[in-house]
Amino acid sequence: MTATGIGAPVRRKEDFRFITGKGRYVDDINRPGQAYAYFLRSPHAHATINKIDTSAALKEPGVVAILTGDDVAADKVGGLICGWMIHNKDGSPMKGGAHPALAHGKVRYVGDHVAVVIAETLAQARDASEKIEVDYGVLPAAASIESARKAGAAAIHDVAPDNQVYDWHIGDKAAADAAFAQAKHVTKLDIVNNRLVPNPMEPRAAVGDYDMGSDSFTLYTTSQNPHVARLVLSAFIGIAPENKLRVIAPDVGGGFGSKIFIYAEETICVWAAKKVGRPVKWTSDRTEAFLSDAHGRDHVTHAEMALGDNGKILGLRVKTRANMGAYLSTFASSVPTYLYAPLLSGQYNIPAIYAEVEAVYTNTAPVDAYRGAGRPEATFVIERLAEVAARELHMDPAEFRRRNFVTQFPHQTPVIMAYDAGDYDASLTLAQKMHDTAGFLARKAASAANGKLRGIGYSAYIEACGIAPSAAVGSLGAGVGLWESAEVRVNPVGTVEILTGSHSHGQGHETTFAQLVSSRLGIPLENVSIVHGDTDKVQMGMGTYGSRSGAVGMSAIVKALDKIEAKAKKVAAHVLEAAEGDIEFKDGKFTVKGTDKSADFGTVALNAYIAHKFNGQELEPGLKESAFWDPTNFTFPAGVHICELEIDPATGVIKIDRWTAVDDFGNVINPMIVEGQVHGGIAQGVGQALLEGAVYDESGQLLTASFMDYTMPRADDLPSYNVGMTVTPCPSNPLGIKGCGEAGAIASPPAVINAITNALGHENITMPATPEKVWRAAQSAVRKQAAE
Amino acid sequence: MYAFTHHSATSIADAVKSVGEGKYLAGGHTLVPTMKQRLAMPGNIVDLNKVAELKGVSDNGGVLTVKAMTRHYEVENSPVVQKAIPGLAKLAGGIGDPQVRHRGTMGGSVANNDPAADYPAAVLALNATIVTDRRRIAADDYFKGLFTTALEDSELITAIEFPHADSFSYAKFRNPASLYAMVGVAIAKKGGAVRVAVTGAGSDGVFRWKEAEDKLAANFTAAALDGLAVSPSRVNGDLHGSAEYRAHLIGVMAKRAMGA
Ligand SMILES: Cc1cc2nc3c(=O)[nH]c(=O)nc-3n(C[C@H](O)[C@H](O)[C@H](O)COP(=O)(O)OP(=O)(O)OC[C@H]3O[C@@H](n4cnc5c(N)ncnc54)[C@H](O)[C@@H]3O)c2cc1C
Repeated sequence: MTATGIGAPVRRKEDFRFITGKGRYVDDINRPGQAYAYFLRSPHAHATINKIDTSAALKEPGVVAILTGDDVAADKVGGLICGWMIHNKDGSPMKGGAHPALAHGKVRYVGDHVAVVIAETLAQARDASEKIEVDYGVLPAAASIESARKAGAAAIHDVAPDNQVYDWHIGDKAAADAAFAQAKHVTKLDIVNNRLVPNPMEPRAAVGDYDMGSDSFTLYTTSQNPHVARLVLSAFIGIAPENKLRVIAPDVGGGFGSKIFIYAEETICVWAAKKVGRPVKWTSDRTEAFLSDAHGRDHVTHAEMALGDNGKILGLRVKTRANMGAYLSTFASSVPTYLYAPLLSGQYNIPAIYAEVEAVYTNTAPVDAYRGAGRPEATFVIERLAEVAARELHMDPAEFRRRNFVTQFPHQTPVIMAYDAGDYDASLTLAQKMHDTAGFLARKAASAANGKLRGIGYSAYIEACGIAPSAAVGSLGAGVGLWESAEVRVNPVGTVEILTGSHSHGQGHETTFAQLVSSRLGIPLENVSIVHGDTDKVQMGMGTYGSRSGAVGMSAIVKALDKIEAKAKKVAAHVLEAAEGDIEFKDGKFTVKGTDKSADFGTVALNAYIAHKFNGQELEPGLKESAFWDPTNFTFPAGVHICELEIDPATGVIKIDRWTAVDDFGNVINPMIVEGQVHGGIAQGVGQALLEGAVYDESGQLLTASFMDYTMPRADDLPSYNVGMTVTPCPSNPLGIKGCGEAGAIASPPAVINAITNALGHENITMPATPEKVWRAAQSAVRKQAAE
Repeated sequence: MYAFTHHSATSIADAVKSVGEGKYLAGGHTLVPTMKQRLAMPGNIVDLNKVAELKGVSDNGGVLTVKAMTRHYEVENSPVVQKAIPGLAKLAGGIGDPQVRHRGTMGGSVANNDPAADYPAAVLALNATIVTDRRRIAADDYFKGLFTTALEDSELITAIEFPHADSFSYAKFRNPASLYAMVGVAIAKKGGAVRVAVTGAGSDGVFRWKEAEDKLAANFTAAALDGLAVSPSRVNGDLHGSAEYRAHLIGVMAKRAMGA
């Protein structure tokens, strides 16, 4: 390992510009003549729009235009789409309601887009919006799954009269029922996976620009996948053909999934730019972000585990209801189905699994993928069940897990996934050692002496990432392939530009990807630049989500580098006047086998371009190669997290005292960046478990619409983590990488809740475990501890 | 935010003369966000930040005077406050986060009388006097309910005077999202008299808990509060905590203020 090569904890190259305020985000971009958009949003969760009167507003100073759903319809702007088709149990397709970019005839959640005011300044646009008169016919709202599915509930979309989007299942029901029939013990749990608001530091923003001379559009947008945005805006929404639409996602300040999707605001900005003949800019404020960014999670589940002799798991039955919100967001339908249920086997050998998922429309913001997307929900189900089953069987929860671990690979689960490599016991054993689980009882006694309740909780998570084999996801309903692309451009002096379809919005690609290229070509790190986020510069790519940039994005780079090396060897053979078969390449040097002749990478690159040493008919000049990588399998990061905490029973306040995370991410390029991803993920998971929760009242008003009411995790809510790693390389990609971006958020919520319930001695607590809930739940535990 | 005029006042007299129907701007940590959300729409803002006579802390051996524009950070770190009423410096150090403490002012906080603010509990427990451009108001006459005070339109708080106490302590249960007080209990003892003020929880804003005062006057120990509870009917409940939970926390925080 070199100081900057694969495996080195290189400081992030991009951080200099971020911490000196030189990042260039969408809000930093201003186009000449730009006007500002303000969206008038629905104050009602469910209402017909009888009439919109803009006449007074249009007379306000600075107003350029006011556009409504009628204008969108008249221009035949296509609706926002959901790109994953799910089929019902009976084979019929899901019921996707139309989603116009500006509401047409009806609003379906508080924050829905009613009209856009475009004015010389944002303040003028906002002032004018207050003069728009909207005649609403308020309808009964359903803010929860239960109220939406109640008999007689008002239909949110005509196509789904009972508000059911789909009723889907997976697995073998007969086999699962048979397993339960022979069970010695059945563990049952009712589980709520709370609704979260993603809250990336940078809110969403868009600048739409239209150039009349070339009849082409440019959209600057906060996107995790600019090419997918262009595809959807071209092929489905119909803004312009792809060659007339450039989408740029410059520096993006976090996404966590919420910037995968194609939203109304950027659609309107780019469409309106031509309509009003001015660049149009919109930047979300924090309240708009709470109201209109796609939320995450929101499942209600009943789960059962069948157990045989010696704590062996025989089967699993899971019934989940998922809240989709008022419209199906871009990938919403896949999250509670294919990103969820196939992970229900966890790290365990479970012979039979049957899961049913009902997706429901409600009058709330759309729900889509959020860090982990489906896998945190699955992990919460299986890891809560495992812990509770162990307790009910009076077994040590670690031992219970060990007995059920998958130990032979490959392992085919009953729910699609074929685990390819792992050593689950190694992670558990290391985590127990690092955590000093043996010392827990002594620590518990010390806490009890101080009047505190101490608990410990495990979570042995697995996730499927590196998404995904295109043909496989296509067969499951995906509207796109999930390969990745790369182009390697070697410049004449031997510096290199990597054009990647991945997109970095906090992950550190400019560093990690450069480490790969620098190691492979034997050139200094600073000679490598990573280019991403611009559809005019970079070939079609699929973007970043699902922990795929390492496993899929870098694999495409490796494939392109293979081609570069092959071509460069041909050039080197001419430069060194040797047979191509005798050329070897190592540490940035081409040598001729058995001689001391050599040429460095820069010399060969230069010769590729000046092309003096070879015949241009036999060998093309230049050194530039591209590749597409389509994975053959998902990757399966897995590991064990252990949370230990103390409860103050007088107030219900929880202090996390120790956290140990041992992850198997396969091979690691930059351990510092990977550890950072783990830290951030745990913070988000602890946030879900203890602090965060989006709350709508019965009428569909979002009560938690600012940081004064929605509790984000802060540094002082978190302990210092012990982070360890085990490695089983991933067999399905050239670097052996599994992915690390979501693991922390997937693993941590059940570890926290298992620790709380361990401390309390009962299972009656829901997320977020706020001080009041914990205080109420602790009353019985206090009585029990006093009795002991 | 709507358009408004901005006047940077140079003196107390200038501020009071200029304010008219408008609003004083102190730290702006409450006023500016409400203006941005278009909930407050003053046409005229009189900025107090350059008024030298509204700044500073002094002590005459019996009374601590904190001028209205003194920031929470200054109260927290002032050796004068730390010596005179150390519990008040500590309270200031527990307000919000460092950004909030560097902007927010005591005058702004007391004028605003947010039911979850910390200072009102100290003002009430310490039996402080609110000094304005035109009169002196005793703490017991000053707080009039949620976001409501005895201040008249255009009346400017110039200082708060805190008589020294034999002991003063404050225990706060923070709202985990906003960091304001979900429950805060301030206890001051001076001679035989004990005053207990509760913030964050009262359905009518900060209030004195008379039952606790009586118990503590008889026996100034945490144990004296055993079994004493505030009725949840006096307490407000919201998303972050029910009335029952807050009422319970008042008892816990009172004991913690007593060192339990
Ligand atoms: C994130 C956050 C967290 C916070 N946490 C806490 C907390 O934990 N505890 C707590 O107590 N507070 C907290 N605060 C409130 C903050 O500390 C200030 O006390 C509060 O914002 C008011 O003070 P200000 O100086 O900012 O007043 P401003 O916002 O400038 O003014 C508030 C009101 O008082 C009026 N006013 C200001 N000065 C005077 C005066 N001298 N005379 C008459 N009227 C006047 C103004 O016209 C306005 O109506 C928090 C605030 C924020 C934003």
